[in-house]
Amino acid sequence: MKNAKILIKRGRVIDPLTGIDQIADVLIIDNKIQSVDTNIDLSAGPDVMEITAEGLVVCPGFVDLHAHLREPGFEYKETIATGTKAAVKGGFTSVCAMPNTDPAIDTPSMIEFVKMKGKSDASCRVYPIGAVTKGRKGKSIVDFLEMYSAGAVAFSDDGDPVYDSEIMRLALEYAGPLNVPIMNHCQDLTISPNGVMAEGEVSELLGLKGIPDSVEEVMVARDIALCKATGSKVHISHVSSAGSVELIRLAKSQGINITSEVCPHHLTLTDEAVLTDGGYFAASPGNAYDTNAKMYPPLRGESDVDALIHGVQTGVIDCIATDHAPHDVVSKHTTFDCASFGISVFETAVGSLLGLVRAQTLSLPKMIEALTIAPCRVLGDAFEEYGTLKEGTVADVILIDPDIDWVVDTKEFVSKGKNTPLEGRRLKGRVVLSLVDGQIMFDELEK
Amino acid sequence: MAADIKHMLDLDLLSKPQITSVLDSALVYKDILNSDMKKQDELRGKIVVTLFYEASTRTRMSFEEAGKILGSDVINVSASGSSVEKGESLVNTAKTIEAMNVDAVVIRHPHSGAPYILADQFASASVVNAGDGTHAHPTQALLDLFTVLEHVDSIEGLKIAIVGDVIHSRVARSNIHGFLKLGAHVFLAGPATLLPKAMPWLRYYESEGSLSMTTNVDEALKDADVVMTLRLQNERQISGYIPSEREYIANWQINSSRIDKNCPDAWIMHPGPMNEGIEISESIANGPKSLIQKQVENGVVIRMAVLSHVCGVKHNK
Repeated sequence: MKNAKILIKRGRVIDPLTGIDQIADVLIIDNKIQSVDTNIDLSAGPDVMEITAEGLVVCPGFVDLHAHLREPGFEYKETIATGTKAAVKGGFTSVCAMPNTDPAIDTPSMIEFVKMKGKSDASCRVYPIGAVTKGRKGKSIVDFLEMYSAGAVAFSDDGDPVYDSEIMRLALEYAGPLNVPIMNHCQDLTISPNGVMAEGEVSELLGLKGIPDSVEEVMVARDIALCKATGSKVHISHVSSAGSVELIRLAKSQGINITSEVCPHHLTLTDEAVLTDGGYFAASPGNAYDTNAKMYPPLRGESDVDALIHGVQTGVIDCIATDHAPHDVVSKHTTFDCASFGISVFETAVGSLLGLVRAQTLSLPKMIEALTIAPCRVLGDAFEEYGTLKEGTVADVILIDPDIDWVVDTKEFVSKGKNTPLEGRRLKGRVVLSLVDGQIMFDELEK
Repeated sequence: MAADIKHMLDLDLLSKPQITSVLDSALVYKDILNSDMKKQDELRGKIVVTLFYEASTRTRMSFEEAGKILGSDVINVSASGSSVEKGESLVNTAKTIEAMNVDAVVIRHPHSGAPYILADQFASASVVNAGDGTHAHPTQALLDLFTVLEHVDSIEGLKIAIVGDVIHSRVARSNIHGFLKLGAHVFLAGPATLLPKAMPWLRYYESEGSLSMTTNVDEALKDADVVMTLRLQNERQISGYIPSEREYIANWQINSSRIDKNCPDAWIMHPGPMNEGIEISESIANGPKSLIQKQVENGVVIRMAVLSHVCGVKHNK
C-alpha cells in the first residue's frame, strides 16, 4: 500500500548520525524523512498512515556491507528475491551483494545484471560489489573504472583472499582514486591448509583440522602495510580474532585509512557451538559436529568474542556486517570436512545482537551505529543519504521490538538458507516493520 | 543395564562400567578364539555390515572374523574414494543401509565425525566406529586397554607414555580417553608440530588420572609402565611437520638405549602398521616386553565383545 504520509508515533528514536535518542515521532512524506520531533500532529486523512511505536525502537534501516545473495549461479541456495526478503525481515534495507557467484561479478555487464535484478526482484536496495580480480582467481585486476561507472560500490574477492600481495598492491593503487573500499577476506592460504574450524580444545576433541588465529592475522598485517603504502581504502571483512582487533587498533592509531567489520555470530558464539547438539545431527547420541556452525572465518574462543565486542563498542571495528551465506541442505548435511562454509544470518542478526545489549556489553545506539551510518561511511560519499533519519534523506526506517521472545525455527525463514547454528535457540527482540524508500516491505506489527 | 551400549562411537561417550563390561566379557571371547570350536551362535540371525571408506587389512579382517565367530552374517562393503568426496552420499548410504534392516554397521571413514552421521540416521541399527579421520578409533583403544590389563592388575595410577604423531592419530585420541577414564597418568611426547595445540580431554569427564605433554621423550618415558609408539607417516616429512627421519629417530625413536635408561620394565605397544627402524627399533618391537603381536590377537577378541554389546546381548553384572 502506498501512503504519501507515514507518521510513526512515540517510539524510541535512535539516529546515531544526528545523535537523537529519545521518545519522538517520525514523519515521512513522499518517501523522505520530513521531520523527527517530540510531538508531531497530523490531521487524519486518506493519505496518512499512523503507526504507533510505543515500546519500540525506531531507527534507520540497516546497511549490510557483506551478504551472499548467490545470484547468478547458485539460485538453489538463494536468489536476490529470497535473500532481500530475508534482509528486510531482519531490518536490512540496503544490502551489498558479494560477487562470488557463477559467473563471478567481474565485468560491468555483470554489475548491471545485479542492479537490474535488484530493481525487478528485490525487497530492498541491492548494491553490487565487484570482484577484485578476473574470475576471482587472484591473477589479474578487473576493469575497476568501468565497473565503478556501472554501479559497483566496493570490490572484493570474498570467499577467497586476494592472496598475491603484488596483485593486492596494484589493485589498491589502481582503484585508489575511486575512493571505494577494497574489501579483503583475510586468509593466509599456506597456514594450516584445509582447516575447518578454529584451532583449539574443541578441534582437538573432535579431531578436526584447526584454523589458527595467525591464518587471519598474517594477512590483516599485510593489508595494513599495503593500506599504509598506497593510502587507498582497505576494508577488512569479517574480523574474527582478538589479535586482528589489536592490529587494526594500532593501525588506526597511526592514522592508517583502514576499516573493518565483524559478523553477529563472531560477536555472540564460540567454537563450542560445533559441539552443541543441534542442526542436522540433533539425534546424534554424542558430539554434534554441527556443520551449521561451520563458517569462514570460524567461530573462535571467548576472549576473541570479548575483544570483538569491545572493538565495536570502542569504534576500532567500524561495522557489523552479516556475511549472510545461505546454503542448500545437501551442502551442509554431510561430514564436517565436506560441508560448505557459511551460515544464514539475516533473520537472526538483531535477536543475537540484542543479547549483547541486554548483557550491557554493547550499547543499543552503538549497535545501531555499526549497522547504519558506520557502513555508509565505509562506502563513502555516495551513501550520505542513507543510514540516518536526518530530514530530507530517503525513508529507510525500521521498527524493532526489543522485548519479543521467540525461538529460531528455520521453517519460518524466508531465506532459502536454513543453515544456522541458532536453530531452536531462544532469542529476544526482532524487527517488526521495515520501510524501504517509504514503502512497507516487511510488516509484523501486532495487528 | 549400565553396560548396554547402543553405539560404539568413541570412549568419551562410555561410562567406566561400560568400558569395564566390554573388557570383562572379552576374557570369555579370548577362550573361544583360542579353542577348536570357533563357531558360536550368540549373534545368529544378526547381520553386521562393514563399511570401509579407507583401506584396512587388520581392522576389517578382525571385525569380520569376530562377527563370523559369533554366528552373525557379515557383509563387507567397500566404498570408492570418489564417493567420499561427495560426502552427502553418506547420508543416503545410511538411509539405504537402515532400510535393509541390518543390526550393526562397522564404519571406517577418512572424515572425523562420519560415524555420527550414521548414528544420527539410524533408528535401530547400531554403529561401530572403526576409525574416523583423526578423531577416534575406540575398538583399538579398548583392545589396548585389554592387552595392558592382561599384564597388570589395574590401569589406575599407571604411567602411560604415548610417543609420536599424536596430532594426526585417532588411536592416540581414543587411548587418551580410555586410559584417563581408568585412572592412568598419560604423557604425550613428540615433536611440537605433532603434538595437540590444546588438551581438552579432561574437561569433559571426571578422571582420577592426569594428562601431560612434552617434547622431551625422556621425560615421558621416565618410569613409564607402558610405552605406546605411533606410526610416523612418510607424508609428515613431506608436509614439513618434521625435518627428516634422521632427526626424528635421533630424538623420538623408541629404542633400547632410551628404554633401558628410563623404563626397562615398561610394556611396549604399537597400534600398527609399524615402520620398524623409524618410530620404533626392531629390537624393541620384537623384544620380550613387546605386546604388539598380542594387540593384533586381542583385536579379534575385543571386536567380538563390542559386537556382542551393541547387538543387544545383555551384559548385566
